[in-house]
Amino acid sequence: MDWLTTVDHKKIAILYLWAGGLFFGIGGIEALLIRWQLIKPMNNFLDAQTFNELITMHGTTMIFLGVMPVIFALMNAVIPLQIGARDVAFPFLNALGFWTFLFGGILLNLSWVMGGAPDAGWTAYTPLSTSTYSTTHGVDFYTIGLQIAGLGTLIGGINFLATIITMRAPGMTYMRMPMFAWTTFITSAIILFAFPAITVGLVLLTFDRILGANFFEVGAGGSPVLWQHIFWIFGHPEVYILILPAFGIISEVIPTFSRKRLFGYSSMVFATILIAFLGFMVWAHHMFTTGLGPVANALFSVSTMLIAVPTGIKIFNWLFTMWGGQVRFTTPNLFAVGFIPTFTMGGVTGVMLASAPADFQFHDTYFVVAHFHYVIVGGLVLGLFAGLHYWWPKMFGRMLSEKLGKWTFWTFIIGFHLTFFVQHFLGLMGMQRRVFTYLPNQQFDFLNLVSTIGAGLMGVGMIIFLVNILLTSRKPADASNDPWEDGRTLEWTIPSPPPEYNFKQTPLIRGIDAFWKEKVAGNKGMTPAEPVGSIHMPSATILPFTMSIGIFIAGLGFMFSRDEFGNAFMSFLFNNYIVTAIGLIITFGSMLMRSLYDDHGWHIEPEELEGSERT
Amino acid sequence: MMKTWQAVKRLLPMTAMFGLFLAGCGREDLSVLRPQGPAADRSYGLMELSISIMIVVLLIVFTIAAYVLIRFRRRPGQNEIPEQVEGSIKLEILWTVIPLILVVVLAVPTVKAVFAAGDDHSNDKNAIKVKVTGHQYWWEFEYTDYKVTTAQDLIIPVGKDIAFELETKDVLHSFWVPSLSGKIDTNPAGTINRFSFSAPNEGVYRGKCAELCGPSHGLMEFKVKSVSEQEFQKWIDSMKTPVAVLPEDPALAEKFKAACLTCHAVGDQGINNAPNLTGIGSRESIAGILLNDDTREDGAPIEENLKTWLHDPQSVKPGNLMPNPKDLGLSDAEIDGIAEYLANYKLD
Repeated sequence: MDWLTTVDHKKIAILYLWAGGLFFGIGGIEALLIRWQLIKPMNNFLDAQTFNELITMHGTTMIFLGVMPVIFALMNAVIPLQIGARDVAFPFLNALGFWTFLFGGILLNLSWVMGGAPDAGWTAYTPLSTSTYSTTHGVDFYTIGLQIAGLGTLIGGINFLATIITMRAPGMTYMRMPMFAWTTFITSAIILFAFPAITVGLVLLTFDRILGANFFEVGAGGSPVLWQHIFWIFGHPEVYILILPAFGIISEVIPTFSRKRLFGYSSMVFATILIAFLGFMVWAHHMFTTGLGPVANALFSVSTMLIAVPTGIKIFNWLFTMWGGQVRFTTPNLFAVGFIPTFTMGGVTGVMLASAPADFQFHDTYFVVAHFHYVIVGGLVLGLFAGLHYWWPKMFGRMLSEKLGKWTFWTFIIGFHLTFFVQHFLGLMGMQRRVFTYLPNQQFDFLNLVSTIGAGLMGVGMIIFLVNILLTSRKPADASNDPWEDGRTLEWTIPSPPPEYNFKQTPLIRGIDAFWKEKVAGNKGMTPAEPVGSIHMPSATILPFTMSIGIFIAGLGFMFSRDEFGNAFMSFLFNNYIVTAIGLIITFGSMLMRSLYDDHGWHIEPEELEGSERT
Repeated sequence: MMKTWQAVKRLLPMTAMFGLFLAGCGREDLSVLRPQGPAADRSYGLMELSISIMIVVLLIVFTIAAYVLIRFRRRPGQNEIPEQVEGSIKLEILWTVIPLILVVVLAVPTVKAVFAAGDDHSNDKNAIKVKVTGHQYWWEFEYTDYKVTTAQDLIIPVGKDIAFELETKDVLHSFWVPSLSGKIDTNPAGTINRFSFSAPNEGVYRGKCAELCGPSHGLMEFKVKSVSEQEFQKWIDSMKTPVAVLPEDPALAEKFKAACLTCHAVGDQGINNAPNLTGIGSRESIAGILLNDDTREDGAPIEENLKTWLHDPQSVKPGNLMPNPKDLGLSDAEIDGIAEYLANYKLD
């Protein structure tokens, strides 16, 4: 019950982590099934329809429900601590964001047991995703599930923007903010601008499918290319929503374990902003073969290549952060160090893809599959592993086992390269993506076998990680404030896990890497910026949960509003939008209650603070 | 231990890469890496350039990374604080400018090639005009100048520019012959795409659909057959003379008309709602994936392929729109008869 009503950012972080982990697991199992089907030519382990559902759900789940929540988990766990805040700007909204994400994700995955998962690819290109060609409710689950989950992301993004703008501790200017806070800030800004596009797109597609509108119906003047533009105007920035936080994590982990400050901090900030800006300018590079013509193709080619410049700056800055330092190969740092060459390989294939005439050959082949898995798995997932191992003691008060962590790293990264490196060649040798099987004697057989073996090895790495978590959870929570001993930022100045109010006294920031600066100056902790006083806390509330349940019920009701049920009562309930109405009443009723009852929260008084801190 | 692993990790991709190059880079009639025409050459040229640049970049990054990781490990008893370097304007400018130069080196030929690829030959009198229509899950080729329509096998004269006009009758598809040219999408009517390629060498090239188009997306294959000018002319002539060869047995012919020609066409009979069957006995494959070359281990005699297909089309290509002949009231013997007739329906 405590977990259903919490508005504490640290608990919400843990909720995000478990929910994201659950969906990540589902997406991973889907991936393994896909790879098992492709282990040999003309395999009949899966049928074609199921395979298409699996690839659609694998992509959708991993992007929206697997990695994004884990990113949000880390942001929630770390950002208020790093900037010296007691919580996020809007704790109630933070909880609401989590619950809408969770119920959106549950709705989407219900499709597996409620008559067919979406089958039109995670990009849901029309007309394949219209009700003419995708006749199950699958794509409805996609549009409505993602709409609800997307709401949560947008809420979260706005919340972090407000938090970082308004709640930094005294002295923390923008140019003294830790890099992870910076990338969170920029990521949130991208979310703010990119998510409305997918929201609109999903609404249009929902209208087409459920209410019979004609936005994408060619016969009635709709345009299938329109969907591609709307999707990728969101979809390309989405890539940076995913990778920028990983850049932030790497920029925290590498300096800590090199015992040096980040090389070229201001150019890192500048590069991050530039990447975000360019990220919005290049969406049509996903559409080179759509027939936009040479002018558009040339412009989008060149603008895409430009992204290599700020990304290159980052790579070299990381390398030179280690230069002259004292590099320790702890598990988080192994992942961070493994990230650099792996992500670079994904980056260079990105530049290759940017060249439109070459992309005519790469597009929609396994070369592309290899490229974006190098970026998203080799970049983001390695980054998340680094971040999770790094901040685990801060979140849970327990150090993950270093030995098992190293096993995770080696099995995962070797499995990863086995899986995806060969896929570059599969693509170049003529294997298109999203094929449920392939003919023999095309020289695809051996490389596919290698790829499947690699995927199995990645699975082993994940299992070792889970075992690590399980074993660690049985150990006593005895991590010190600064368990890595070289912590540089504010989160390492307070206990692990932090008390509910984070900072007894808001710290005073005197420079970049505030904690490190104090340590070098010989101080044990931060200088407080205020006297010990009464701390105002927000009240726990069930309303975010009920609001989300309401939206979830309304979504289901809307989706089945046109269906014939065998049962007259059920048909009556759904066909008259009664279920939808009940859901909306729950949601708006909760909103009304939130408006009518003023909740002023509560206070922790100074006498309670005394003696409650461990060192 | 750590060092060996690092070294192995870095060497693995390189050895794997060279291994793959030695093993050849795929089939000549299929691989992007073995281009067989000017359009594919253009893409390949850019690939070579970009791969070269990128390998240099990777080598630099890997070398610095390896050096840093080996040289600056924290050693036991090393407790002094390393110098806290803020950055270096000179270095940062260096690694801003060098990538910019590399980008320009790649961008200039890219832009040139983009405009070259935009040259579609649709007004070229010497070009062969072909209208490509994508269907779930087969390809229709209409030679507009000759009023000839065929399916699955695209016959082209060697060395001539082919001016394509592409559209789809249902969902999006993408027309791709890797060894001859990059792909281009087929959009619904109203957003017709045009492009062109040519095949300087005679041969049969494998084509694929590259856009997810439903369950049998992966099986929507076709062949491009590049033949001599005379042979092409001969093929056009025999396709044009509308002798609709029908099964010899009149009862079977009636069945064939009633069950098949309501969607398919042979010669001047029937309609083009489904793959045109004129001269199907001379084609490279049945349904694009059952190869008729029985000298190969994955091929089978055409009659056998036709029987496989006709006895249960759904098991060959799930989700395709052809009704099961049994549901149309054809007996097993009649299906075999039609298969035999179609197998022998060759163009001279």
